Amino acid sequence: MEYFIELFFSGLTRGSIYALIALGYTMVYGIIGLINFAHGEIYMIGAFTSFIVATVLSIYGFPLLSIVLLAGLAAAVWSASYGFTIERIAYRPLRQAPRLSALISAIGMSIFLQNYVLLAQTSDFQPFPELIPDFDFMEPYAHVVGSSDIVILLTTAVSMIALTLLIKFSRVGKAMRATSQDRTMAMLVGINVNNVISMTFIIGSALAAIGGMLIASHIGQINFFIGFIAGIKAFTAAVLGGIGSIPGAVLGGFVLGLTESFATGYVSSDYEDVFAFSLLVLILIFKPAGLLGREETQKV
Amino acid sequence: MKKSMAKSLLVAALGFGLTVPAFAADTIKLGVAGAHSGDLASYGLPSVNAAKLVVDQVNAKGGIDGKQVELLIEDDVCKPEVATNTATKLVSDGVHVVLGHICSGATKAALPIYNNAGVVVMSPSATNPALTQSGDYPNFYRTIASDDAQARTEVDFALGTLGLTKIAVIHDKGDYGKGLAEFAKTFIEKSGKGEVTLFEGVTPGAVDYSAVVQKIKRSGAEAVIFGGYHPEASKIITQMRKKRMDTIFISDDGVKDDTFIKVAGKYAEGVYATGPKDTSSNPLSKEAVEAHKKTFGSDPGAFFENAYSAALALLNAVDQADSTDMAKVRAALQSSDVATPVGTIRFDEIGDAVGVGFAMYQVKDGQYVEVK
Repeated sequence: MEYFIELFFSGLTRGSIYALIALGYTMVYGIIGLINFAHGEIYMIGAFTSFIVATVLSIYGFPLLSIVLLAGLAAAVWSASYGFTIERIAYRPLRQAPRLSALISAIGMSIFLQNYVLLAQTSDFQPFPELIPDFDFMEPYAHVVGSSDIVILLTTAVSMIALTLLIKFSRVGKAMRATSQDRTMAMLVGINVNNVISMTFIIGSALAAIGGMLIASHIGQINFFIGFIAGIKAFTAAVLGGIGSIPGAVLGGFVLGLTESFATGYVSSDYEDVFAFSLLVLILIFKPAGLLGREETQKV
Repeated sequence: MKKSMAKSLLVAALGFGLTVPAFAADTIKLGVAGAHSGDLASYGLPSVNAAKLVVDQVNAKGGIDGKQVELLIEDDVCKPEVATNTATKLVSDGVHVVLGHICSGATKAALPIYNNAGVVVMSPSATNPALTQSGDYPNFYRTIASDDAQARTEVDFALGTLGLTKIAVIHDKGDYGKGLAEFAKTFIEKSGKGEVTLFEGVTPGAVDYSAVVQKIKRSGAEAVIFGGYHPEASKIITQMRKKRMDTIFISDDGVKDDTFIKVAGKYAEGVYATGPKDTSSNPLSKEAVEAHKKTFGSDPGAFFENAYSAALALLNAVDQADSTDMAKVRAALQSSDVATPVGTIRFDEIGDAVGVGFAMYQVKDGQYVEVK
């Protein structure tokens, strides 16, 4: 039973990170119908920003809590500004172009950002400081679930609730939902669609940056390539849950994380990816729109 | 005068490939074969330099039994299909002993041709275990440890020195890591002294390895033997220690890297890793590297010391045997010690160098220290 709980928490930790990144994919897709392949790189840039800020602050001897908060804030702001800029220069000019053009632009952006960080930083793995300490009260359970797993879960939960409230109750959220339903109609009733789209990129990027910081602190290392696999897995989670649907992305993240964890635990980690992607294929066969996705009706 | 002129013209006309038999007895022909161009040239060219240095040194001292040593250099671009041509060319040129080839595949293809011609071959870099262990290539020797030597060192250390019995073998699914892990698994099973409690591959680059770490814990392993590189090793060791597991961690030269210590930090303490024996304090090694810098104006490249040692060992064996006959050269290689940059070595009956190989290192106070 203890083994089951251990695997369960391991899956939840993975799932939380997938969910945080998947939200960015799904929000952007929901609003402009674009798969933002550069999103994994935003996650990586978030991890790097928090790495740099945390390293500098710890040299100046700041207390750990303020380092975590400031590094997280810096990562979120910096990644958000990347997300905003990418949308401006790589996607907005292609808004009226066929979907495929924007998709290629996204892939190009992803390659560009990876190589930019490779050149600006280094290709080596860098040790990431342990931002989440081992709490004393967690010590009796440390062999089952670590303090960082708990922090990741809580942070993800708080982010999700905040995002849901924002979308359900704020003006921006209402504008987002309107734009997602019908962009032309939203424009006609006076919504500044460009601002709404920028906002979507900013929120999605900030969430990915927080995910990047948490996971980097959890595993203790980063390099320029970490965004690729995390991005692919999160994209899978978004599709699994129904791309375009926010609860779907969260559900998809957890389903994927738990599947991987249990497949590793009870079968073999050799087949971790096989199980994850077989699950995706199965779900898409029986529910083509994903777990919580809406069937897309052809507009006439 | 006229006659010799005609002769040299004839030689020129036939090309340098065909040497006049009358000269054959007057020089010892050392062939150097390997990748000298193409993608893998950086593995092959250092052995050409090594051979040049050794031959110059030997010739300056008056050669072997009064005979000068002559180099025959041939390129095989590390391709088996080219290597057979290279070997045929060298044999028809009357080569006596060969330093090479560089890649295992090319070496395997070329060996039967040399064997038929009675030529002893010594590679500085072909690590495929079957080259010596299969017994198919009696004329083959090497100055580098075979691929499984590292796994052998790991297993002997875990079962023998540490006296452990339950071992989890983990790898990164790559050629290098999985290959090592499979050797380690076989050695543990064959030894009868221990059992493999878990044999699994992890996906490089995954965001989290805690599931596989839990699995290691549940398997009851006393130690983990990991085949792979340092990024995965540091993630696994970090997560193991965070889960309060004190399982011993033993790995390979992909992990015996300072980046591992830098990234894993305090969790790296106590980790064991195998690595090539340190030869930098050997005076012959220093001498060889200095000679290279002086002659070629640069630091030597890959396998330089192994190639230098192989050239020394081959020429020494010819000297001891007073002959280039295969059986006599083989006997000399197996019976006489020779001092080389990789240490004082001799060869066992299957062709592996005794005294060349891997040592076990452990991280102590942020540094790899050899375990004596």
